[in-house]
Amino acid sequence: MLERVGQAEWLVPVTGEMRVPGRIFADCGTIEQLKADMEEGKEWNALRQVCQVACLPGIVTASLALPDVHPGYGFPIGGVAAFDLDSGVVVVGGVGFDINCGVRTLRTPLTEESVVDCKEELAEQLFCDIPAGLGSEGKLRLSVKEIDQVLVKGARFVVERGYGLEEDLEYIEEGGQLAGADPGTVSAVAKQRQFRQVGTLGSGNHYLEVQVVEEVFDQKAAGIYGLRKGEVVISIHTGSRALGHQIGQDYLKEMAKATNKYNLSVQARELACAPIKSDEGERYLAAVACGGNCAFANRQVITHLVRSSFARVCGIPPASVRTVYDIGHNNVKLEHHYVDGKERAVLIHRKGATRAFGPGREESPVSYRGVGHPILVGGTMGTASYIMRGTEVGMKKAFGSGIHGAGRALSRRKAAKRYWGEDVRSSLKDKGIILRAHSVRGIAEEAPGAYKDIEQVVKAATEAGINRPVVRLRPLIVIKG
Amino acid sequence: MSPFKYLDHTADMCVQGIGTSVEEAFCEAARAVFNLMVDLDRVVPETRIQVSVDASNLEFLLVEWLDVLIGQKDLSRMVFCRFGVNIVTSNNGFRLEGEGWGEELNPVWHRAKLEVKGVSYAGLHVSKGKEGWIAQCVVDV
Repeated sequence: MLERVGQAEWLVPVTGEMRVPGRIFADCGTIEQLKADMEEGKEWNALRQVCQVACLPGIVTASLALPDVHPGYGFPIGGVAAFDLDSGVVVVGGVGFDINCGVRTLRTPLTEESVVDCKEELAEQLFCDIPAGLGSEGKLRLSVKEIDQVLVKGARFVVERGYGLEEDLEYIEEGGQLAGADPGTVSAVAKQRQFRQVGTLGSGNHYLEVQVVEEVFDQKAAGIYGLRKGEVVISIHTGSRALGHQIGQDYLKEMAKATNKYNLSVQARELACAPIKSDEGERYLAAVACGGNCAFANRQVITHLVRSSFARVCGIPPASVRTVYDIGHNNVKLEHHYVDGKERAVLIHRKGATRAFGPGREESPVSYRGVGHPILVGGTMGTASYIMRGTEVGMKKAFGSGIHGAGRALSRRKAAKRYWGEDVRSSLKDKGIILRAHSVRGIAEEAPGAYKDIEQVVKAATEAGINRPVVRLRPLIVIKG
Repeated sequence: MSPFKYLDHTADMCVQGIGTSVEEAFCEAARAVFNLMVDLDRVVPETRIQVSVDASNLEFLLVEWLDVLIGQKDLSRMVFCRFGVNIVTSNNGFRLEGEGWGEELNPVWHRAKLEVKGVSYAGLHVSKGKEGWIAQCVVDV
């Protein structure tokens, strides 16, 4: 069923109702797992999901999967699919519940040596200052009118309120403000659920990490991004919180009706969709933009809190903590790409995948255009994370898309049985990593062993030619919900 | 009390409520969801909320039921440990009149665990089998 067409590239030929082939960028180990899951007839099966996405109306070129691929809802996590604007559909499963979940990375003037003596105090301060975990409440309380402004202006609203620097906006995807947002497409329940959650981390696989740049692979790109070996950076992984979740829930229902209304043929209920150029499709896209702006605002508030924590413990000016980049990995966007030699506009879904534009694209910050914007890849709390960048090959083969993380290898249930939270904490401590978490069970479920080897995932993306490593980051402090 | 179960899913959690009736299965599915979030044994059923939802079929009804309950953790900061459900047929399919019993979330006392983000259509399944009625779906955590 799978044909190897490159070092880390596999083709799933068109069969049955597939309109395009599947194209999977992965190492042999991942491919073997995908095949085994398919052969065993597992209910949740990423390879089958790649094929099912390939059956969707208006899909262009191929149904893609990146090296961190694992089963999702309809779309695999690590799935990318582009659609023709006239004949194509927009798919809720291609974005997910956590709209614009993503990562922001900040750089500091500190080195690992300079935080050694205050690492415990810094961990404690961050644990106190950053609201995280179930039931946590944000420090920024908004009115109904202000929530609507957040949905339209995103990070810009937060910066205008004094929670950040104007400069931050230059280094956030889309300037931290997605166009086309319409608060009228977001339910009152979604907005009410968000009142207390602006500036909160969440739980599960969300985190805040203080990291050190351990290795530099691409001196030129690292220099342009302002990164040096031994420098302390901070990465924040969170999304649109309850508002995004409710938008996802509300529109899953809308799209299920639309799938029937427009007689759309889908292989799985989770691929509920609507034509891009339909009332339902346009409303959903406007709502996704709202959710996306909410996520940008969320990460902006947390950035402000992080600056405050570092200023208090390490004595550095808050403004010396600078945004490297902020990028989402659950999105749907209108982009221009070359398809069959011609440039055209397509609607790209990236579920557990980031944009990874190579050099020369105007979507990247001006200072980054020579090398392309950073891709922020969260590893595991016990191993490493990476900052990578896009390539010309990636633009051609993967619609300029990049990996977003290690990808899970074990279910939460299996991880909770195999690992004990306190053992994981001790093991990290032995490596010099301080872990502060609001949930001990959560630690077990997020144990490093529950994830694929980030080194292998990064290697596969590099061998496939679609992404290139810039630096590796080693965790020093991990804050979990 | 009838059991609930969790089935394997790589990234998230598949909850399964089992009961001698479909209503009981819906209640157990709700307990399974809230057990992901808090220690149910520590939740006191002191406050009641009422839920009314409609759907074209039992599976979508399960999604609607769980969606309303999950939303309450943010709207009223409530978590629940006990549920009651009555399901009738209606012109549009099915109507559920239900209630949840619980209290305001105290993350420390209730030993807060994961936050459930939403109810997907993955693994969505309501049927009667040898074990009784099963109400199942994957929830995003």
